[in-house]
Amino acid sequence: MSIELGHFALILAFAIALVSAIGGLLLWRRGERLALVLGHASILQFVLVAVAFLAVVQAFVASDFSLALAANHSHSLKPLIFKISGVWGNHEGSMLLWVLILVLFGALVATFGRRLPSDLTNLVLGTQSLLVAAFAGFTLLTSNPFERLSPAPLEGADLNPVLQDIGLAIHPPLLYAGYVGFSICFSFAIAALVSGRIDQAWARWVRPWTMLSWTFLTLGIAMGSYWAYYELGWGGWWFWDPVENSSFMPWLAGTALLHSALVMEKRNALKIWTIFLSIITFSLSLLGTFLVRSGILTSVHTFASDPTRGLVILTILAVLIGGAFLLFAIRSPSLRQGGLFAPISREGALILNNLFLATAVGAVLVGTLYPLLLDALTGTTISVGAPFFNFTFGALMAPLLLVLPFGPLLAWKRADLVAAGQRLMGFAALSVFLAILISALGGTSISMVPIGLLLGFWVSFGAIAEVIERSRLGRIPLGESLRRLRGLPRSIWSTALGHFGMGLTVLGIVTVSAWETELVTTLNPGETAELSGYLVAFDSFEQQPGANYVADTGVFTVTDPGGETATLLAERRTYVASGMPTTEAAIQTYGLSQLYLQLGEPLENTHVIRVWHKPYILLIWIGALVMAGAGALSLTDRRLRVGIPQRARKATAEAAQ
Amino acid sequence: MTLRALFMMVLLLVSPAVLAVSPNEILPDAALEQRARDISAGLRCLVCQNQSIDDSDADLARDLRVLVRERLVAGDSNNEVEQYIVDRYGEYVLLNPRLGGHTLLLWAAAPLLLFVGLGLLLLARRRTPPGPVEGLTAEEQAALDALERGPDAR
Repeated sequence: MSIELGHFALILAFAIALVSAIGGLLLWRRGERLALVLGHASILQFVLVAVAFLAVVQAFVASDFSLALAANHSHSLKPLIFKISGVWGNHEGSMLLWVLILVLFGALVATFGRRLPSDLTNLVLGTQSLLVAAFAGFTLLTSNPFERLSPAPLEGADLNPVLQDIGLAIHPPLLYAGYVGFSICFSFAIAALVSGRIDQAWARWVRPWTMLSWTFLTLGIAMGSYWAYYELGWGGWWFWDPVENSSFMPWLAGTALLHSALVMEKRNALKIWTIFLSIITFSLSLLGTFLVRSGILTSVHTFASDPTRGLVILTILAVLIGGAFLLFAIRSPSLRQGGLFAPISREGALILNNLFLATAVGAVLVGTLYPLLLDALTGTTISVGAPFFNFTFGALMAPLLLVLPFGPLLAWKRADLVAAGQRLMGFAALSVFLAILISALGGTSISMVPIGLLLGFWVSFGAIAEVIERSRLGRIPLGESLRRLRGLPRSIWSTALGHFGMGLTVLGIVTVSAWETELVTTLNPGETAELSGYLVAFDSFEQQPGANYVADTGVFTVTDPGGETATLLAERRTYVASGMPTTEAAIQTYGLSQLYLQLGEPLENTHVIRVWHKPYILLIWIGALVMAGAGALSLTDRRLRVGIPQRARKATAEAAQ
Repeated sequence: MTLRALFMMVLLLVSPAVLAVSPNEILPDAALEQRARDISAGLRCLVCQNQSIDDSDADLARDLRVLVRERLVAGDSNNEVEQYIVDRYGEYVLLNPRLGGHTLLLWAAAPLLLFVGLGLLLLARRRTPPGPVEGLTAEEQAALDALERGPDAR
């Protein structure tokens, strides 16, 4: 019964979205009364989709296998958390989650955007509803999660064991919140193009939404990377897989958008480009959804296995993106560029940032799609993998990271590069020194390692330099400096923290790539092995039953170079329902480094043991967390909140009188 | 629903893989083994999704790893080993595509985009009316300060 209610709620949400879209986009000049209706409609859409979603969750939790989706992807023995996360561990459920997050953002705009001009509200909510109608319609027509089975099977087919992990509970919702969130920027861009209203206030409304989505996307990608790291069983954390790329491209574009919207907000320049980026960022999210959902990425040939889904998404994509760019082509020439500036200025630096990030997006996009297109056009099959991306992407990021620390030290409009250089001189020297010292101590044959270290230190120190500069540390009395430091706006801290996090991630990537060590050997219980100063003793081997699997467990005692010992459990599991094996690596953290131990398959009466020492690998994700923290910090800045500027302006005006 | 579609779903390439290189495959000569690793990292496991043969436990990946090591022991150079594999399995096996007529656009894409971007920037600068760009006027500075300080600044 609740399933039919959920089904009905989704249909109703689809109908309301369709009406809101038509109403909002055609009658947007009607002003506040329409805005009020659309606002309520957006909140209603959210409530209805939430009901639909909860209905499916309920079926999974209660193991109601009359729901085809639950029968195919759940199992009565599964722990509760995996029953819930299993809802989106499949195509239909993940589309429903996609729509849920889409309507959530619509409802958030309706709730927090009450102070937006009503014309803009109408257009934004209208566009957002159009997206909801398209994707709720797609879900209902081609991937309905509410289909029933009769008779209902007694037991479900279980979820892929690899997905039975806390990672599935966290990673997809965060990732979706990130790239579905960019739909708001898209809707704002469409609204700006239709109404012709595009000014600094617009950038001010868009930036918090960009920041929010970017923060989620950063967390989502980092979480996915860490999940792959511990679950895959060999400690790889980024593969340049097409599916990863399709989540990484919106992140790069979103990062560019954050920076260009800043220029637009502060200096009223880069308007057309910011609008363009808003459209591109969400288009890349849609493209990612299309590539993943259509199955085109798995293999060009599986595309035909379910042509409806692929074609429908492709049509939605073509209409939305094509329509947006058509609108852009028609309307953008009428937008006036404002805010003149010299090449050496904060604006100039931010443009450089955008140039490199946009090129990186293009390079990743070409690398991802090229094999597909080449195969389709000429029949030649090639692979484009990690070596290509590392080289191309690295070559584009190096100059960006090199100029990054200068940006925040340059003044708006016209700046003194020499002065900024002088302020950074000490940190530059320190970075060079550390890079050379560490490379020499660690010893490396890879020539890129010292350069990578240099860039990592340089970016991290550059972020510190900005804060020091703002506080005039060392040039004025210490107490005065501290007072200035406390008074710094959160946006300054956020910039510095974000860049600092970037530097940490770079350092982590470089150190683990350069100095990771590996040991592959065979051991019997009672034997020991040694890797990079760590003694690994294989204590015992046991077979234990788990909740819905049987585990072969290896018990190990690891003695670190300092003499401390730790007990590690590495497992190989076989899942009851599917018979599928997985490996659960044992990971022991030492400071920022980790020892990664995997129990391999039996070989001639002994056990294959693989151990890796991954120096400073945690910096990769700590850096990402710091970046996300910077995003969150920026969001707590009161003046960034939607709608606040108007009230604040009034308040300041009153105060001035 | 196929297993692979599930992987796609979570935007992750996860496979229930146990790992790759087994102790019995490893060459006794450490230098030779390192070369085998370097070559393997650039060879695609043909039955997997974008994994190198070094990271895959598929039988085919194992066969390729053993083949790479056999050729190395036979005295082939890295390039010869690579060519040997490509001759048998096609260029699809290379994770780093070779530069050639069919991949020209792929390799040229990034520099091309960068130069087009730079060109557009220069063009945009030319179009803006010339004239000295001085620092911010007092009025602009005040407006900017107000923006940067925000309403909660005292």
